[in-house]
Amino acid sequence: MIESIDHNSSQLNQDGQLKHFLTTQDLPINILNEILDTADSFLDMSSQQVKKVPLLRGKTIVNLFFEPSTRTSSTFELAAKRLSADVLNLNISTSSASKGESLKDTLMTLEAMHADMFIVRHPDSGAAHFIANQVTPNIAVINAGDGRHAHPTQAMLDMLTIRRCKGQFEGLVIAIVGDILHSRVARSKIHALRTLGVAEIRVIAPKTLLPKDIEMMGVKVYTDFNQGIKDCDVVSMLRLQKERMNSALLPSEAEFFNLYGLNSERLKLAKPDAIVMHPGPINRGVEIESAVADGPQSTILQQVTNGIAVRMAVMSMAISGQLTSRISGS
Amino acid sequence: MIKIENGRLIDPANHIDTITDLYIDSGKVVAIGNLPEAATITQTINATDQIVCPGIIDLSVHLREPGFTQKATIASETAAAAAAGITTLVCPPTTQPVIDSTAVAELIQDRANAAAKARVLPVGALTLALKGDQLAPMASLRQSGCIAFSNSRQTIADSQALLRCLEYAATHDFLVIFNPQDNSLVANGVMHEGATSSDMGLVGIPESAETVEVARALLLIEQAGVRAHFGQISCQRSIGLINMARNNGLKVTADVAIHHLFFTDENTRGFNSMFHVQPPLRSQLDRAGLLNALVTDDIQAICSDHQPHEAAAKHAPFASTEAGMSTLETLLPLGLLLVEQGLININQLIEKFTCAPAEILGINAGSLEVGATADITIFDPQATWLVTEDSLVSAGKNSVYLGSELKGKVIHTLLAGELVYSTAQ
Repeated sequence: MIESIDHNSSQLNQDGQLKHFLTTQDLPINILNEILDTADSFLDMSSQQVKKVPLLRGKTIVNLFFEPSTRTSSTFELAAKRLSADVLNLNISTSSASKGESLKDTLMTLEAMHADMFIVRHPDSGAAHFIANQVTPNIAVINAGDGRHAHPTQAMLDMLTIRRCKGQFEGLVIAIVGDILHSRVARSKIHALRTLGVAEIRVIAPKTLLPKDIEMMGVKVYTDFNQGIKDCDVVSMLRLQKERMNSALLPSEAEFFNLYGLNSERLKLAKPDAIVMHPGPINRGVEIESAVADGPQSTILQQVTNGIAVRMAVMSMAISGQLTSRISGS
Repeated sequence: MIKIENGRLIDPANHIDTITDLYIDSGKVVAIGNLPEAATITQTINATDQIVCPGIIDLSVHLREPGFTQKATIASETAAAAAAGITTLVCPPTTQPVIDSTAVAELIQDRANAAAKARVLPVGALTLALKGDQLAPMASLRQSGCIAFSNSRQTIADSQALLRCLEYAATHDFLVIFNPQDNSLVANGVMHEGATSSDMGLVGIPESAETVEVARALLLIEQAGVRAHFGQISCQRSIGLINMARNNGLKVTADVAIHHLFFTDENTRGFNSMFHVQPPLRSQLDRAGLLNALVTDDIQAICSDHQPHEAAAKHAPFASTEAGMSTLETLLPLGLLLVEQGLININQLIEKFTCAPAEILGINAGSLEVGATADITIFDPQATWLVTEDSLVSAGKNSVYLGSELKGKVIHTLLAGELVYSTAQ
């Protein structure tokens, strides 16, 4: 009698095109590949002299950050500008008592200003779904991170990095290491990697940083880094989000680094051509040793470049998906 | 004299289930079956194809007044209770100010009496302001009509303070109601901890948040020798713990909120804030355990745990919304769905709605023998109705059933022989 909501009904239009980008969960493989292919074409372009394309000329994109972020918001801004859009950056603190209605009111005001797209980061899981489904359904919403739930553009830039380094997804063994519990990046990557068909996804963390029943997401759980890293093609480190630590999850950063930090010795246990990823910003000496972060197997800077291309791809796809659904809807 | 004719009278307390007539005079049941001699019928209610039963007793209805009248009022919710066939409702001390003074207890009853739609039995706070340290004036509160005492979900963390509360309540033979919840384990949690919460990235509330408190409460109840009841159990393991204590001779009872019998954590997928409730909707296994406990009578009563909210309270990202569902008017139809599904029979359902909660509270209600107060619900078990914001009488429109058609419709509700709700008017 009561149906739970299907993710795709809220992010795909009736023709199966992306109109919001909220999560990688349940997205069909053709959409994931379309994002990667489109991003690839933008990457070729970004090495040219003129880096701009007029795809979003005249569109207004609002960067709506309810949580501090410089990196993600600036790559979104750059991506929007390369697509010739006008960009408005709004940083809204949620530390004040403002909740619920005020979020709604903020968005309705921006809608009245004829914004075409919202890039949303919010500390509450499900905030992007809430905005896309219940507040401003006719404005493309890109989830730039909601609570612990999803960070789909970060996941897709990692997919692009893996595909460009490894050629394909089939047969790959991927390890995701660190603070899985608080990580929206880990969740979005797991969903994307499963759809793209890798051989094995491993998560490596102490039990205090593992969400309950994480195995149900289709991953293998390791609490021992040395065992988990064995024969991996991709070692994906997570940032230890110190600001989210609100209870006795870890004894110390030093003990964490000893057990779950990536150093050159440990990296030798992975495949010789393994790549090392990190979403940044890096805590050197906490998650990762400097020699590894700056070493030949690291793709950390490549990820940043790929991030702009992926965000350009998702923005242009969502704007066109919104347009199609609005035309056929009216 | 009122005659209710040709209805199917179901009165589990007296083992009655038969088609008969019932006569009411001066607020009391005066005869069943044969018309008493020298009687004049002033009003006849035809109850053909309808069920006539004792008025429903709901063990948990959050009335929101005083303090939260933007959500609902005593007048609005007692009217909704009458429309739901509920004649007696127990109101937890979660008002503002809380029910820790005779003034608040009396105010609630005065307003309920003025509305005259349902009996309201306030539950007094166990400690002042529910803060968990200073005992509330229980004996005075009792004199002002408090039926039982509870600290609601503001669990008393200090075990010695809790023990003192229980001993004081035991001194006067007062009933203590536990809504078991260890708040250090709840922390920032907003839903059941499991695969679904992990997937959705919502902070989970582990099963142990309930079971740890059930276990501690059982040991202290035994030590204090107090009458105790567990309200709105959500985990099957809690039932196991309560049964273990019962097998050792401890007399404790338990109820379940109706929505825990129908929904699980899976329903929160998609972030629908209507499913944000406290205690959280738990796993399929827990739901199965709760249903089974109804059958085995390890859970004696079913309540609505009605929590009306204004629209804004639910219109935000899931974790920022307030917990609770508006469940008063869907209580009976959903109970009937349990009967239709063959889980329990209609007599067992009405028992869990009437005489069982009356027995838990130790009140003289929930049965219809000659001489009993004529609190009566008459409903059509086959009639369907559409749940909409307009069809709900409650000020709280936060029902997950909006837009759904439900079977089972209250036709008349009588409170001490007075018609307080009727669709026939």
